[in-house]
Amino acid sequence: MAILELSGVSKSFARNGRGKGRSVKVEVLRDINLSIRENEFVCIVGRSGSGKTTLISLIAGLIKADSGSILLDGKPIDGPGPDRGVIFQNYSLLPWLSVFENVYLAVDAVGPNLSEHEKRQRTEHYINLVNLGAAMTKVPRELSGGMRQRVAVARGLAMEPKVLLLDEPFSALDALTRGTLQEELARIWSDTRKTVVMITNDIDEAILLADTIYTLTPGPGATLGPAIIVDAVHPRGRVQLSALASCQKARRETLRNLTAGVKSKDVGAGNFAVTLLH
Amino acid sequence: MEKRIDSGAMILPLLGIGLMLFIWTAISLKVAPDLPSPLKTWQESQQYILNPFFKDGEMNQGILRFAFLSLVRVAKGFFLAIAIGTPLGFLLGLSAKFNQAFDPVIQVLRPISPLAWLPLGLVIFKQSEPAALFTIAICAMWPTVINTAMGVRSIGTEYLNVGRVLKLSPMKTLRKIMIPATLPYMFTGYRLSLGMAWLVIVAAEMLTGSPGLGGFLWQEYNSLVYSHILLSVLAIGLIGFTLDRLMGVVERRFKTA
Repeated sequence: MAILELSGVSKSFARNGRGKGRSVKVEVLRDINLSIRENEFVCIVGRSGSGKTTLISLIAGLIKADSGSILLDGKPIDGPGPDRGVIFQNYSLLPWLSVFENVYLAVDAVGPNLSEHEKRQRTEHYINLVNLGAAMTKVPRELSGGMRQRVAVARGLAMEPKVLLLDEPFSALDALTRGTLQEELARIWSDTRKTVVMITNDIDEAILLADTIYTLTPGPGATLGPAIIVDAVHPRGRVQLSALASCQKARRETLRNLTAGVKSKDVGAGNFAVTLLH
Repeated sequence: MEKRIDSGAMILPLLGIGLMLFIWTAISLKVAPDLPSPLKTWQESQQYILNPFFKDGEMNQGILRFAFLSLVRVAKGFFLAIAIGTPLGFLLGLSAKFNQAFDPVIQVLRPISPLAWLPLGLVIFKQSEPAALFTIAICAMWPTVINTAMGVRSIGTEYLNVGRVLKLSPMKTLRKIMIPATLPYMFTGYRLSLGMAWLVIVAAEMLTGSPGLGGFLWQEYNSLVYSHILLSVLAIGLIGFTLDRLMGVVERRFKTA
């Protein structure tokens, strides 16, 4: 049975047009259907502006869909909740709390019945899991971008959610840090086997981590392409992946889906394909 | 850190002060003969400065004694102002409806001079001390109200989303997210409110005749000892400057968060 099920989900936003009282409706997502199994790692790949963040916000419950249904464990979702832990693109750490306190806040929120000792232990466990044990008492401004995102990952995992949602978590990081964090996430995931939905614009990242990749057609009115299965054992390594025939096939299909229907004069799409090809 | 002493940084302010003393002397010599010169001011005031803690009756005390009395009064009024102003600012920032209802009232009350509030305070409280505190509080609270409201309105959605995802209770959201996020704005408001409270103190003491720098100033005007007016004016300025600097230090501590 699917743990998370989206059927016929659409979302439009009102954009202010010219003149008073006039607003234009822009359809961001149209008829999104998605079914995610327990312990599955799903990546949704799309170009910027295609409504990726809107999709993850809908699943998180931070915004409401205009139509369609989103079921978690067979029950319609009703607003945000810690059963869908979110790791935001901009980390969203509270700058006035230390690393420990940021993660502790999540642990405390989801497990109010735990003893003080258990809460501390759980907090420390997840901070150690992302290799930040030495930075426990630091505040976010003392940390690098990569370390901040590690804290955000620890906080997301510490909620012990049914589904972990990642919104382009590594896109603000430099290439080297991104690579390290991707492999670390691959390691953590193969140990914990959480259900994960991750949004990204990086095909290699998707192939490294995902069981299934969906592409999001260019907006407005974006919808999901067919499922692309990445058939390789976890945890994967970058080098090993580039040689695997199944991965090369998945990458070809993803690229084809992403560039399909995009006019060649669209410079943005051209850049997209080029940067991802090598 | 390398620290070079710029000769201009020392000399220019001294030059400015010297020029002010010159203009002051010139006015006292040529324009207003009743105005004591800087030298005469010093001669007639030195006992208040050199012996700042003497007390010879209610209205004849050393300058620091008067300053202390005024500061206590300002502190009371200021804490009253921020105790009312901070929650009020939070309500205005949180609720658009509350803001719509009370913004016009606030905009009208805000520009009213302390000189106008004080008689009203006397009518309400019948005594000079509570009336003075009322005046200080009601004049000084607006910067706190407005800055706190602005701070609450500019809390990043990303922080609020963290609270929503974790389903924090309203009290916990307030304690862990809203108050810390608003703190820098609140302290900017507090600094401006303290400056305002210090401005009001003189007016309040002058009209109520309470002992303090303002009361002393007014009494010496009535007894024609003009040098003591200048002494009070300078003391008020220096203390106001010091208060602002101290609050600035506190404010910066919270800005880094």
